[in-house]
Order: sequence, then C-alpha cells, then structure tokens
Amino acid sequence: MFQVRIHGRGGQGVVTSAELLSVAAFAEGRNAQAFPSFGSERMGAPVIAYCRIDDKEIRLREPVAVPDAVVIADPTLLHQVDLFNGLKPDGYIVVNSSRTPEQLGIAEFTNAFPAGHVCCVPATEIALEHIGKPLPNAALLGALAALTGRLRIESVVAAIEDRFSGKVAAGNAAAARACFAAVSSTATSEKTASLA
Amino acid sequence: MSTQPIKFYQTGTFTVGNRLLESSERAVQSNMRRTNSLNSGHRACRGCGEALGARYAIDAVMQATQNRAIAVNATGCLEVFSTPFPETSWQIPWMHSLFGNAAAVASGVAAAMRVKKREHVRVIAQGGDGGTTDIGFGCLSGMFERNDDVLYICYDNEAYMNTGVQRSSATPPAARTATTPAVGKHPGNPFGTGKNVPLIAMAHHIPYVATASIANVRDLEAKVTYAMSLRGARYVHVHVPCPLGWGSEPADTVKVARLAVESGLFPLFEAEHGEITGRYALRRPVPVTDYLKLQRRFGHLFGKNADPAAVAAIQAMADRNIEHFGLLEPTQ
Amino acid sequence: MLKQIEGSRAVAEAVALCRPEVICAYPITPQTHIVEGLGEMVKTGELEGCEFINVESEFAALSVAIGASAAGARSYTATASQGLLFMAEAVYNASGLGLPIVMTIGNRAIGAPINIWNDQSDSMALRDAGWIQLFAETNQEAADLHVQAFKLAEALSCPVMVCVDGFILTHAYERVEIPTQAQVDAFLPPFEPRQVLDPAEPVSIGAMVGPEAFFEVRFLQHYKHFEALRLIPELAAEFAAVFGREAGGLCRSYRTENAETIVVALGSVNGTIKDVIDGMRDDGYPIGALTISSYRPFPLDEVKSALAHAKRVVVVEKCLSVGAGGIVSADVRKALAGTGIVTHTAVAGLGGRPIPSSSLRTLFERASLGALETVHFLDLNWEIVNREIARMKGQRRSGPTAENILRDLGLGAVTV
Repeated sequence: MFQVRIHGRGGQGVVTSAELLSVAAFAEGRNAQAFPSFGSERMGAPVIAYCRIDDKEIRLREPVAVPDAVVIADPTLLHQVDLFNGLKPDGYIVVNSSRTPEQLGIAEFTNAFPAGHVCCVPATEIALEHIGKPLPNAALLGALAALTGRLRIESVVAAIEDRFSGKVAAGNAAAARACFAAVSSTATSEKTASLA
Repeated sequence: MSTQPIKFYQTGTFTVGNRLLESSERAVQSNMRRTNSLNSGHRACRGCGEALGARYAIDAVMQATQNRAIAVNATGCLEVFSTPFPETSWQIPWMHSLFGNAAAVASGVAAAMRVKKREHVRVIAQGGDGGTTDIGFGCLSGMFERNDDVLYICYDNEAYMNTGVQRSSATPPAARTATTPAVGKHPGNPFGTGKNVPLIAMAHHIPYVATASIANVRDLEAKVTYAMSLRGARYVHVHVPCPLGWGSEPADTVKVARLAVESGLFPLFEAEHGEITGRYALRRPVPVTDYLKLQRRFGHLFGKNADPAAVAAIQAMADRNIEHFGLLEPTQ
Repeated sequence: MLKQIEGSRAVAEAVALCRPEVICAYPITPQTHIVEGLGEMVKTGELEGCEFINVESEFAALSVAIGASAAGARSYTATASQGLLFMAEAVYNASGLGLPIVMTIGNRAIGAPINIWNDQSDSMALRDAGWIQLFAETNQEAADLHVQAFKLAEALSCPVMVCVDGFILTHAYERVEIPTQAQVDAFLPPFEPRQVLDPAEPVSIGAMVGPEAFFEVRFLQHYKHFEALRLIPELAAEFAAVFGREAGGLCRSYRTENAETIVVALGSVNGTIKDVIDGMRDDGYPIGALTISSYRPFPLDEVKSALAHAKRVVVVEKCLSVGAGGIVSADVRKALAGTGIVTHTAVAGLGGRPIPSSSLRTLFERASLGALETVHFLDLNWEIVNREIARMKGQRRSGPTAENILRDLGLGAVTV
C-alpha cells in the first residue's frame, strides 16, 4: 500500500488533490481511497487530505499515520505543524516552494532522505502561468507522480480532465505536465531536486 | 351621497337557505348534496365554533373541487374530536401527523400529487391557532415561501383549547387563560404581545390570504371557493369562538363571532400577493364591550375590579383596525 | 458501472436508481453532498418523475416525506446528528404510522459540544423509535443498502434508516460499482402502499388511540421487526443473485473459526478491525470479528450463534450512553446472556477521534490476555480529564469545560 498525506490550507485544493490522486490510481486499475480531515471549515485553516493506493481492497479507515509521501501545498505550515510526522525514512517529500530546503530551514531533516526523494517545486507559480489562478494542486500531483514514479502522468491528466472541463481542465493538465517534466528531468542528477 | 351595495340577504333573514336567493347564491351548507365532510358524531363541545368553521370550509372546498381533496390536520381540538378511535367523522381522505407540521405534511401530499400527475386532487392543511401561529409557524412559513399548492386554514379560537385553555400567540390582550390568569397587576394576557398571522402571510406575497368568521357563512364559503380557484400557497384564517375557553354561552357562539367582526376586533379582509383586495365593510360598528361582556375570559375587566383603561385600550385596537382596513369606507 | 466516486455521490446515484418520487432535504454536514447530488439530478432531468423540495428544517423534511408517503409516493430524505434530533417527533410519527420512508443518516456526533465529525450517537438516540436501522461498512455497501432499504421498507410498511459514517464514508472517494437501472428495476418493484390518501377511497390516517388499543398498535410495530429479521437475510440473498455481490444481511463473521476473542462493531471501523485481525492471526492470535449490519431489529439469535464459541467479546462502539456505558454492548450482552462469555465495551471514536489500527491492536492484545477492563475508553486523554476534574474541584466558577480543555490542548483562544 502506498500512502500519501497532503497538507495545505483551506482553498488550495488539498482535498481535491487527494481525490484526483485516487481517480488517477483508479484509472490504472488500482484500488484507491481518498478522504479529508477537516480542521475548522474556513478558508486559510490548515487542511489535511489522505490518499491510499493499493492493488487489493483497502479496508483501513484511519488517518494516514505512516505516509510514504508527504505533499506540502503551503510552506507557511512548515515549523507550525508537524507535517512530516510518521513519514517513512525512505519516503518522499514534495514542497510547494520556489526556495530550496536549505532556504526553507528543513534541509537537516530532508537530507536524511534518499537521493531523489525530495523536491521543492514552485507549483503556485506554475499554476498561475498555466491556469491563471494560484491553485497548486494539479502541479503538485505532477511533481508527486514524477518524484515517486508510482503514477503515470497520463493518469493524472485523465483524472483532471474527468473532474474539470474546458479551459480549467486544460490549464490544470498543462500545469501538471509542466511540473512532471521539470521534476523528472532534475530528479536523476541531484540529491534534492529544486527548481529555481 | 355615497352609496354602498348591500346584499339582499342582509336585509332579511340570516337563514342560509334563503329561498329568496338564486340557488347559485345560496350557501353550500344549504345544499342537500353537500359533502358533510365533517359528519355528525364527532365529539366537539356544545356550541363549538371550530366544528362549524371546519364543516363550512371543507364542504366549500369539496364543492369547489368536485370532491377531490385531501386534508391534513394538525394536532388540536379538531383532530381530537373528529377522530375518537376507532371512529372518524371525516368523509374525505384525511391525515393527522403532528402538532407543528401540518403545512409541511400537506406540502408533501401536494408533491406526491404533482409527481403522480394527479394535480386535480387538491390539498388542504388545517390547524388551530396553536398549531399555526406558534409551533407550526416555521413549517407554515416554509410552505408559503415555496408557494406550495396548499390551502392552509387556521381555526383561531385564540388559545390552546384542547390542552386546557393555555395562552397562544393568537390570544388577545387581557384575555384570561390558564397560563395568563386574571390575577395580579395586569390580569390576563399582556398587552403588546401576539402576532397577526394573516398580515405575516401577506408579507410572503402568496397568491391569497383572507380572514373569515363563522358568523358569515357565505363570506367564508366565497373566500374558500375563490381560494380553490387559485394555485399556490393560500391562507384563510377563520375566527371561531370556543364557549368553553372563552366562557361564553354555547348558544351565543355565532353571535359572539358576529360581534367580534362588527366591533372591528376581527376585521374581514382579503389580499393577493401582499396587497389588500377587499374587506367586509361595517355598517355600524358596535362597541367592544358588547363583545367582551359575553365572555367570562374578559370578566375581570368589568365588575368589582373593573379596568376601564384596558377596555379603552381594546377599543383603541378595534378603532385602529377600522381605520387601517377602511372598514367604514363604502365598498366598491 | 465501476466508478471512483465520493461516498455521498454513490448513495445519491443508488437512491436515484430506486425511482424515488419525492425527495425533501434540509442541509446538514455531512449529508449535504447526497442531497445536492440528488437535487442536481432532478434539476437536469437525469432523475425524472421526482419532486425535489428544499425545506426549512429537518422537522419539515421528514414531515414532507410523511405527507408524500401517505399519499402513495416513494419518499426519501437524509439527515444527521442535530437534524435527526430536531425531527425526532416525526421519526416516531413515521414508524407509528407505518410509512415506508427511507432516510440516510450521515452518522455524526451530537452536541453540546457541537461537533461535525463522525460517531454513531445520532442513530443510537433514535434506536427505540421503530425504524429499521442498517449500518454500512463501506461505500459500496452504503449504496447497496439503499436499494435493499426501499424494498424492505415497502414490504413491511416500516421506515428504514441507512446509517453511513460521516466523513469517513460520506466524504471518502473509493471504488463503487453503481448498479444499472435494469438491475434495480428487477429487484425493486413500484411502490404499492398499504394505506393511501385517495379521494376515491377516503380513509382517516393518524387518529388518536387510547389505552384500549395503543398497546396492540405498538406491538404490531415490534412484530414487524421480527418479520424484518426474517426478511433482511432473504433480501440480501436476492440482492446477491441480482447484483452479484454481498451486501447487508443481519451480521457477518470474519475469521471467527476457532476464535477465542471476537470483536464486534458497526459500520466503517470494521475495515480497520479486519486489517488488525489479519495481522494478529498472522502472529498466532485466535481472534476474529463480527460485523453487525442490522442493528434494529437486533439479531439476538444470529449474534449469539456467531459468538457462542468465543471466550470473550470486545464490542468497539462509537457511542456512549452517558451514565450507563456502552449501547451496542448492552445488546450484545443480552444476546450472550447465560453463556458465560465475557463482554468488554470499548468506547472509541467519539466526536470523530480517529481509531488507529495500532490502538486497536493494543486493545485486542490486552483483551486476549484477559487484561482488559469491562469498559474501556480507547485513547481517552486521561491527563486532560484529570486536569479538568481538579479544576472543577478547586473552584466553583471553573468555566465552560469544553473551552478549558481546548485551551489545555492549545487549541482554544488564549485568555489574558
């Protein structure tokens, strides 16, 4: 079972991200379960969403305590909330930021992870470029797919096109592809992938 | 010189089957083929105004709909005295749900008729003042707001009679009830409280709102009949004296109802989509004391601890109604 | 068709396939997505022959359903928590009148303190009202139980509540096989009312019944529930034949062969329990689980025979009868009366507190060793509790308990 935990704030599409991830996995014929954990329901409040992917039926009904991957949609949560709690030592980290782990003050933590398991991507900027709105979720899914190799980008795009339509679908799909491509190209050469 | 047309029967006998009238102008109650929707055998008190009001109103509905109507009844006197298990005095399809939801249950029946394409079957909701103005108020407003195709009839005897004469938001000022006893500095129901549901119904801009009285059968029947010619949310508020709760003589029920109208305390009017479209003009208003003195619930206003100021305040309410509704203006 | 969808959406699509005629809804978390989905289907015309009514309260919602059902229409509504309590009078009214309404409960805790997350207190609060109560373990079962519910309700003239854990199921995306219209039509015939408001044949429904007859009327409701005990497994078998999968039934066992300890629960927590059971079986523990699907009527005989060979039973329940203890465990104890089997109550997940598999594992291990107390409160923060108790003992004006605790946890507003 592959477990993902996505952290962000209300309004950033965190819950949608987890759902799209599950739909992408479904498109590949796998079992997937996505669900939210609401804090208080208001914009800007911390939100967590979970996604489990497996080849057999998923029966577990608890929050993801030992994620294989953590996606951070809002870096202002770093140092405020223990976002990495339970993350497996060989897990993956995707952070929505144009800064490096060093600049974010988490390098000491992320350096312990295997090479190519951590990346910072300016997902919000990529979203603004392709969608015109600061909604980083699609881009982050592209990054996650590239970083972990657990999902094909086509599945992510299919999930996006299934949920949205017209320009919104096209923009989000483009953002996901762009991020996927960027992370894929840098993942092999450096210990941590970070995009300027 | 201003003139006012007066109906022929007003100059003669009040008998509903006045043989001097065209049969089409006679009351539904005079018709041998009336449905008698609320049949004899019910357990209402002697002189019950609500039993009269319900029979008049529902028979008019049945005539207007060719006997195709379903009635939903809130908990209250009418429901209790009309269906003493294992008997029922209803000759029509009838349902009792709960105290506060007659309007909502009726909305559900209307929805079922719509979905089954049987919209020629019409729906009535009925309840007392308690079930309408208080506990049923939320559901009533919801039905109005959705413009559900239901005629809601409120039989207002101005208190929770079935449970022992407790005060409701329809209880008039100074009236004695079990929960507003005639003791203390301000005996009876306080002044400055209460709500006027017909006006509130008008504020919803529903297709039709009317007040009616058992003292004027034709007026009541005409209003109900007209209401049934319309679709959407409609509300008719009928004043019905309760000899037991009001402390009046059972034989005086119709007289007391008439005095309420003639004093201006219970104005008869009609409104459509929030605008008054008609009212029953008074030829000669009577002083409120004529009305109040027939009811022991107002007895403490007279006699040894008389309260002329309270009586004057009630007279002022009547005068305000006369002014506000133009009850002394000639009808046109 | 196999879909990856939100649980609420799956329920909405299943209900739509049942050809409902009147749907009335008042919004309350976590049921909103169900009625929004149905409302949209009606508005777009995808669901035809259905009136969708937005009402002004939950009390009105069930009242509209009552009127519609009494007039012969297949009626549906959904609610949770506070909403279920607000319509409580109508809940008893519907079952007393024998109206086959189906209602989804998105199980949610009841305030105060106000809480939007999952537990099963709401359904439990109305367990004596005469409604059949079915609990779904997965979203697939949630969808399937609604199809069974309409058939069951109409066969018995008894309303049915389908209970679906709020957020955990309602807001979870997972794979659900949505049946075809043909399949549902083959299983669920049109509604034939036992009583109906019809000018062609006037009847009076809802009369007052005095001491001379009330008892018999009420007993006949109880009798219907015994009929349901017989009918529920029949319907489940028929469902399996038409749809090709299991759903519903009274209760089902999981790896209880030779089990010394059996865990009993309602709803979604059974999924986590099964994972824990598998892990413990791998480690040699003789442990199994029993999922109760029909809570009302409570299948005393079936539960007893499923548990008869065990030494001990642990009932994990998401509800609490304040002042008395476990609710489901009381029913289980009744089933096991005279057997000598020890029944433990484990109250868990109240107000949406997660039930981690690790906590269950520890709990079941302790039970297996005979080291579990009779009533256990899973993952209760005793430190916080004791702090508040001390506070209350220390001063009269100790302040609102909920706010004190939130402050202790660093979650509340800071007082100056």
